[in-house]
Amino acid sequence: MILPLADVPAPVIDYRGLSPLMATLGGSVVVLMVGLVRSPFVRRVLVPALTAVSLLAAIGLTIWIWEPGDREPIIERAIAMDTLTLGVSMLFFVAGLVTVVLSFRSLAAREAGHGEYYSLLLGSITGMVVLAGAENLITLFVGLELLSIPLYVLCATELHRRTSLEAGLKYLVIGSVGSATLLYGLALIYGATGSTGFDGIQGAIGDTVGLADPLLLTGIALSATGLAFKASVAPFHQWTPDVYQGAPTPITTFMAVATKAAAFAVFLRLFDFALGLSQLDWAPALAALATATIVIGNVGAIAQRSMKRLLAWSSVAQAGYLLAGVVVGSELGLRATAFYLAVYLLMNVAAFAVVIARERVSEHGDDLASLELLGRTQPWLAWPMTIAMLSLAGFPATAGFIGKFFLIDASVSGDYTWLGIVIVVGSVVSLAYYLRVVAVMWMGRYEVELPAPPRRRVKPVAGWSPEGDVRAQPEVAAVAILFAAATIVFGIFPDPLFDAARDVGTALSNLH
Amino acid sequence: MTIHLSIVLFLPLATGLIGALLPARYARWAVLAGTVAVLAYAIVLLVDFDGSRAGLQYVTDDEWISELGIRYQLGIDGLNLFMVVLTAIAWVPCTLVACFREQDRPRLFFFNMGLAETAVLGAFMAQDLALFVVFFDLMLVPFYFLIGGWGTGDRVRATTKFVIYTMAGSLLMLAGAVALGVLSTPDGGHISFSLAVLQERSVSEGTQQWIVLLFALAFFVKAPLFPLHGWVPETYRSTPIVVLALLSGVLSKVGAYGFLRIVLPVMPEGSQHWQELFIIVAVFSILYGSVLAFSQDNVRLVVAYSSIAQLGFIVLGIFALEDKGAQGAVLQMLNHGLVVVPLFLIIGVITMRSGGSESLLRLGGMAVRAPVLAALFLLVTFATLAMPGSSNFVGELLVLFGTFEDKLVYGLVASLGVVLAGVYMIRVFQRTMHNRVAPAVEPREIGRIDLAAVAPLVAVIVALGAYPNFVVDRTEATTVRKIQPARAVAAEQARAPAHREVSAIR
Repeated sequence: MILPLADVPAPVIDYRGLSPLMATLGGSVVVLMVGLVRSPFVRRVLVPALTAVSLLAAIGLTIWIWEPGDREPIIERAIAMDTLTLGVSMLFFVAGLVTVVLSFRSLAAREAGHGEYYSLLLGSITGMVVLAGAENLITLFVGLELLSIPLYVLCATELHRRTSLEAGLKYLVIGSVGSATLLYGLALIYGATGSTGFDGIQGAIGDTVGLADPLLLTGIALSATGLAFKASVAPFHQWTPDVYQGAPTPITTFMAVATKAAAFAVFLRLFDFALGLSQLDWAPALAALATATIVIGNVGAIAQRSMKRLLAWSSVAQAGYLLAGVVVGSELGLRATAFYLAVYLLMNVAAFAVVIARERVSEHGDDLASLELLGRTQPWLAWPMTIAMLSLAGFPATAGFIGKFFLIDASVSGDYTWLGIVIVVGSVVSLAYYLRVVAVMWMGRYEVELPAPPRRRVKPVAGWSPEGDVRAQPEVAAVAILFAAATIVFGIFPDPLFDAARDVGTALSNLH
Repeated sequence: MTIHLSIVLFLPLATGLIGALLPARYARWAVLAGTVAVLAYAIVLLVDFDGSRAGLQYVTDDEWISELGIRYQLGIDGLNLFMVVLTAIAWVPCTLVACFREQDRPRLFFFNMGLAETAVLGAFMAQDLALFVVFFDLMLVPFYFLIGGWGTGDRVRATTKFVIYTMAGSLLMLAGAVALGVLSTPDGGHISFSLAVLQERSVSEGTQQWIVLLFALAFFVKAPLFPLHGWVPETYRSTPIVVLALLSGVLSKVGAYGFLRIVLPVMPEGSQHWQELFIIVAVFSILYGSVLAFSQDNVRLVVAYSSIAQLGFIVLGIFALEDKGAQGAVLQMLNHGLVVVPLFLIIGVITMRSGGSESLLRLGGMAVRAPVLAALFLLVTFATLAMPGSSNFVGELLVLFGTFEDKLVYGLVASLGVVLAGVYMIRVFQRTMHNRVAPAVEPREIGRIDLAAVAPLVAVIVALGAYPNFVVDRTEATTVRKIQPARAVAAEQARAPAHREVSAIR
């Protein structure tokens, strides 16, 4: 007898909805294969080009299937390709493109093998999309691992630099702890609600399982902890400065902007949607975490002189601001978080691009000293960095100001006025280090007090000799200038971003 | 006649950008042309302004960020007319003097000067709370660069301190502004930050109280008033003199202006609640500023502390919540700006003659060889110490009258400030112009460029002294209306205990 295969209902696969995922996943395989060809032209030029094509295709497909409103999850309710997923996916794809451009001359891609490097990058992006769209605890975990494992490897791709290997290992160990904690939490939530699907969980809470159910609460606490590791929310942020500093800078850029967006997409979907009814239980705890993150991140950044560490601490602080949008559990909060994630991408990419451009030629590496008097010598790099710093600090006429305005608006509307004031106080503290970067670039060598440790002599990490023309990396400067310009443009005419954020806001129907 | 405020507003920034693209030699002239054009426009505005009307004129009202309820709303009324004019007047001589001094990186310097003028004009013209906050914060950026890039001494430390102090205030104000907008939105209504709308909506008295406090922090830091003046000594010492003239003459008024524009009309109950505290802060500032001005060596710091005292007077006038007091405060805002700018420009001239020394101990004896300089300085000094016949005299008198009506004790204490002003200003004049010629001083007459910058300002001061009603007539109607809500609350409060007694008897 023929096995009753015919009776097994195969899930209906919505290929249209999955198309962006297939673009990146397919790209990942193709790039890996093409990378096996020996010709240097193929490896150095064709592989990145194919990666970029794959990402551009994904962007195009995302725009194609963009449709506001509460979309039904596809593939047996495993993943929702709604505007929340697609919105943050755009950020992943843009961050991926930027990483490709920034990696073009980097040592990391060469040492790890171009095919592998770019393939891992695309794999990680695929994981992020899955994670952001996960409507199911299992999908969530699969996405998280698909995101993380390539990143562990990518952090360690500068094989001959010890700190890079160290960063990879550290990230692996701490990331695994985070994943394990999250997995525990997910298991407990499943145990309490009897469902792995987010809508099932949402239906069960307050119905078959009480709000104060200890199993559920423990599950929520553990998952929050696990996600906090990924989003570098204090007190689970300790890996951030070390890994950011050790990883190849293009990968740091990618981690800083894309991983954060992915982690916050999950925060939004899991907490505001699936666990939305128990908001009263988790919101105060997350608000406390946000406060701690803002304080610790901003204070930690003050004493840094490595730009990568400084930006790492600043990213911790920014995670705190972002968390405020999750805490309030409203549509306004969702929109504000999405908006700020986009803004955060713009300003951080601009800053990291300048760091990359400088560390490749400067003997000070990514130390603050490498930026000294940049305003005189290379204004085309100093301006993007200045704009990025002012935007991160929340000065008006930059997108960062509007983003912060939006977040405070959401906090106050959600009866978390005090959290809005915490954001503001954090921003005041942050001036101390953002302005120092600006001062180093524009105001002269001897007047700026740098923190204590002596200047390290670091070998330039570039893939070519620093004696070469400092302008010989036009693509890095172009990225910096482009994203800094976007920071200003969206700071003055933010409406396109607001429109996108409004669409994203419609994705979770339970919010109001 | 239609006057587009947007043109006035963005002209300096535009010329700054043009200058940045021109060869370095021409950047200065582009920005100077921009400031002159703004001045011309401001004069047209002054002539065209209908002083009998109390409402806004030349309104520009466009959607900016609809999602957040922020509108691009500009307008001129009696309250900000003279602030705009003051800004326009002050920028021209300062830019002129800067044009004729050798600047390092001139394109960047003059770009920042242009940006600064746009930001200040924007803060004065904005009729939307969020827009005001935007410009209020934006002012800091050019001044941060101007002080840090072209200052003297420990300039980076000074500029960082300045920005952190001011930004701490203005970010708290940002939180307060957002809270005000959100909490005043009625159920189902759309959020709005337009001042006209906010004035109609209201928030509870308890909320008003803490929001007023956040605003006051921002404005007191900016003004500066005791005890939030910690940034003053270092910043004043390090700032380039032309920038300092603008910082002290124009920027400091934005805070006082903010009280009249935003705090009093929008949050009358909250303002009334803190009235006593703010008056005490103002009186303390008057005394503290006057005493310290008397004991300073550095000429700049004498003027710095005298500014604290002057701003104390202005805030005292505002929070007396009397028509005369507020009227005097508005007049005094203009007067102080008009005297401080030439004062600093003259100090700039004097220090150039003394080899850079700004200490009173090493100056002296310039009057004999430089009579024109001395005469101009004397006129400005008299105006600063509010000599009868000057417009400052009228302003201070109105402030004191307003205070005497209800807060007699504070008024009496504040009067001491008037006396002390005479002492410290005369001291500065004597020590620089009279006495023996100090060894390092080279007594030469004021140069042509400096004369061209200072003399018109002195002429304006003299003209205003002769006819202060020119200002009073145009500002009165608006000013009275702005303090009216808070006055009404205060009057009600005064009546309330009487009611209670009556009911107790019954």
